[in-house]
Amino acid sequence: MTTDPDIVVIGGGNAALCAAIEAAEAGARVRILEAAPKPYRGGNSRHTRNFRCMHHGPLGPLVDSYTEEEYFADLMKVTGGETDEDLARLAIRASEDCLPWMESHGVRFQPSLSGTLSLARTNAFFLGGGKGLVNAYYRTAEALGVEVLYEAEVTHLEREDDRITWLDYTHEGQSHRLSPKSVVVAAGGFQADTDWLARAWGPAAKNFLIRGTPYNRGVVLADLLDQGVEQVGDPTQCHAVAIDGRAPKFDGGIVTRLDCVPFSIVVNKEAERFYDEGEDVWPKRYAIWGRLVAAQPDQVGYVIIDSKSLKLFMPSVFPPIEADTLEELAGKMGLPPDKLRATVEGFNAACGDTSGFHPTELDGVATTGLTPPKTNWARPINQPPFYGYSLRTGVTFTYLGLKVDARAQCTAGNRPVSNLWAAGETMAGSILGQGYLAGFGMTIGTVFGRIAGKEAAAHANAT
Amino acid sequence: MQTQPDLIAEARRQAEICNACRYCEGYCSVFPALHAERAFSDGDITQLANLCHNCRGCYYACQYTAPHEFDLNLPRALAEVRQDSWKALAWPRGFAALFDRAGVAIAAGLVLGFAVLFALAQAVRPTGGEGFYAYMSHGLMVAIFTPAFLLPLAALAVSLRGYWRTVEGGALRLSDIAAACRSAGRMKNLDGGHGDGCNFEDEDRFTHARRHFHQATLYGFLLCFASTSSGTILHYGFGLEAPYAWYSLPKLLGVPGGILLCLGTGGLAWLKTKADPDLGARAAWGGEMAFVLLLFAVGASGLILYAATGLAAVGWLLPLHLGTVLTLFLLTPYSKMAHGFYRMAALTRDAARKREAAA
Repeated sequence: MTTDPDIVVIGGGNAALCAAIEAAEAGARVRILEAAPKPYRGGNSRHTRNFRCMHHGPLGPLVDSYTEEEYFADLMKVTGGETDEDLARLAIRASEDCLPWMESHGVRFQPSLSGTLSLARTNAFFLGGGKGLVNAYYRTAEALGVEVLYEAEVTHLEREDDRITWLDYTHEGQSHRLSPKSVVVAAGGFQADTDWLARAWGPAAKNFLIRGTPYNRGVVLADLLDQGVEQVGDPTQCHAVAIDGRAPKFDGGIVTRLDCVPFSIVVNKEAERFYDEGEDVWPKRYAIWGRLVAAQPDQVGYVIIDSKSLKLFMPSVFPPIEADTLEELAGKMGLPPDKLRATVEGFNAACGDTSGFHPTELDGVATTGLTPPKTNWARPINQPPFYGYSLRTGVTFTYLGLKVDARAQCTAGNRPVSNLWAAGETMAGSILGQGYLAGFGMTIGTVFGRIAGKEAAAHANAT
Repeated sequence: MQTQPDLIAEARRQAEICNACRYCEGYCSVFPALHAERAFSDGDITQLANLCHNCRGCYYACQYTAPHEFDLNLPRALAEVRQDSWKALAWPRGFAALFDRAGVAIAAGLVLGFAVLFALAQAVRPTGGEGFYAYMSHGLMVAIFTPAFLLPLAALAVSLRGYWRTVEGGALRLSDIAAACRSAGRMKNLDGGHGDGCNFEDEDRFTHARRHFHQATLYGFLLCFASTSSGTILHYGFGLEAPYAWYSLPKLLGVPGGILLCLGTGGLAWLKTKADPDLGARAAWGGEMAFVLLLFAVGASGLILYAATGLAAVGWLLPLHLGTVLTLFLLTPYSKMAHGFYRMAALTRDAARKREAAA
């Protein structure tokens, strides 16, 4: 630490590492300030598993083709049109070049995991998952001379007009001040600050679980927004899914997800159904259930299945609650027993011919005359033992963030901040207004991380 | 069949978390086998444990290692079940305790083996004979080494039968054994799935160091074994008796074999000092190290013995070398040497699983 760096990268996940690597390869001296201790380095990237990638013809582990138009259409479907088209298309187009770049910088892929075959064409899975990717990038970055500090928390960036003049961080109990030529912010969303979430959502947010790192508290984001750096996104919007209610408050990651909703009925604490569980295949619906559960009393839901569905979905980390009767199951889950029986019986009576049941396709096996309906995979729940899981809202990352342009540059007062760039979840709201498409977060992080790194280095090299 | 059921329970707890994640599927044979089950019997866990080559790829890639509350350390959990399964399956039962005292057993075996062989060589020194046989007659060597070779193999056969029952192996198929040989022959499970090798000596860095040192050890040992076998065939089949010239089959196989064995075991011992002992069965560390050094001693003493041909030192070098070999043979069912046999059984069982799944 004898010389001050040209570039400071704030954050230590995928976007930060892509930026640091690009900047170091352009000849800049780079220092990464990662708030987490080394075992937890990598932010939410350590929990990720794949990268959604456009491609013309087979590419790496990906089969067939996935065109820009199809990718963009998939994105528009899940975001309901709340998408910045220019930036989204930029990310989609750049993704094809990113995959070989990732491989040449140490990332290794594997064929689509068992249980995820529907993603074999669109999503490239990291061997070992996101922590494997993060490990590879740290090795690559360090070999390029990037200096990495862990447990280095940035407390303030000082903006004067159109530039960041200095920044403060704490490390090993001491405060430090640096005046780098360029700064890249890739420090994630603010979801781990549940007080901030509660300000946006109301007290209901206290019942949310945070699926990823406890270190994304939005300190840098809040600091920059307070100084007039331009904001994007709605504070209540985030990538949120319904996960096992027994998951830890933070960092539960992938194993807490539940894939059984399409084969179930989901009720709230009053034992009432509230949404069509069979609307579409689960990979296309998992991202809406976080908000659905958040809207229920106490932000909790209960999945009920019977024994014939138990083996139709991937196992999750906690075993289901099991009972021989619906009343016993209701008792174990704290639901009103009579009400649960009535709801299940009403549902069963609305089920029709189930001979066309097909667990992996939209089978049209639907209820009739039921509100809300179940439009696929509707089979009566009548074969004991019965099984239940509780559901809670699991937040992956928030969308309120820094607004960037196509060069990943931040702005303030309609003017670019000349030496400030942002990448990854902290600017994902510039592209995603609502909803989420599996593997797109890593696409945004990789594409904009690389752009930010190159731009930051070009600026540093020119000054 | 375990001696410590809590080890199985801990491995099961971890396997259930792995089964809900599946990120490590591409690293090795353990994960596809694990992901094929929804619940894990004791036999399933024992099979996974013996399939695991301790490459550690899954540990360093794991999002749930300590300080995370799930506290995953699958390489260690499986190593402890593996070590315990060998103890539980050891036959005769009374010898199982040797696993826990492998270092002491090896040292004692060496001292005793050398002393007995040296004393015998002195006491019944042949009147004739050339080369080694000037110090110890062929008949005496055969009388000692035939039972010392066959009895441990018979004991291992009993243990392996127990293993096969534990993991619910069916009728043995030649094609499954061939698949296991191909996997072990290339050490496929140490290539990381991506071909970059495994993690071991430098945290999450992938290298081929351990794979290549293990290959050298394996093929060095097999060459040495082939050298001895070829000598036996020459002796009984063709009436050609030792000493053999440098261009003879026993020497052409034995000398490179000995060199490979020394390089391989030397490398493995060095890597072992670099690797994190908490990712293996900690209590077994000393015994494993002693075993690697014993194999080194077998190779090195054999090479030195050859180099000393015609010198008086052969008088004590010969019992020393034979003492290392005798110790290795006798402790085969109760030391790390057993891992090769269990590993082959596990790979064969896994080949059968894959064949059945594909059918």
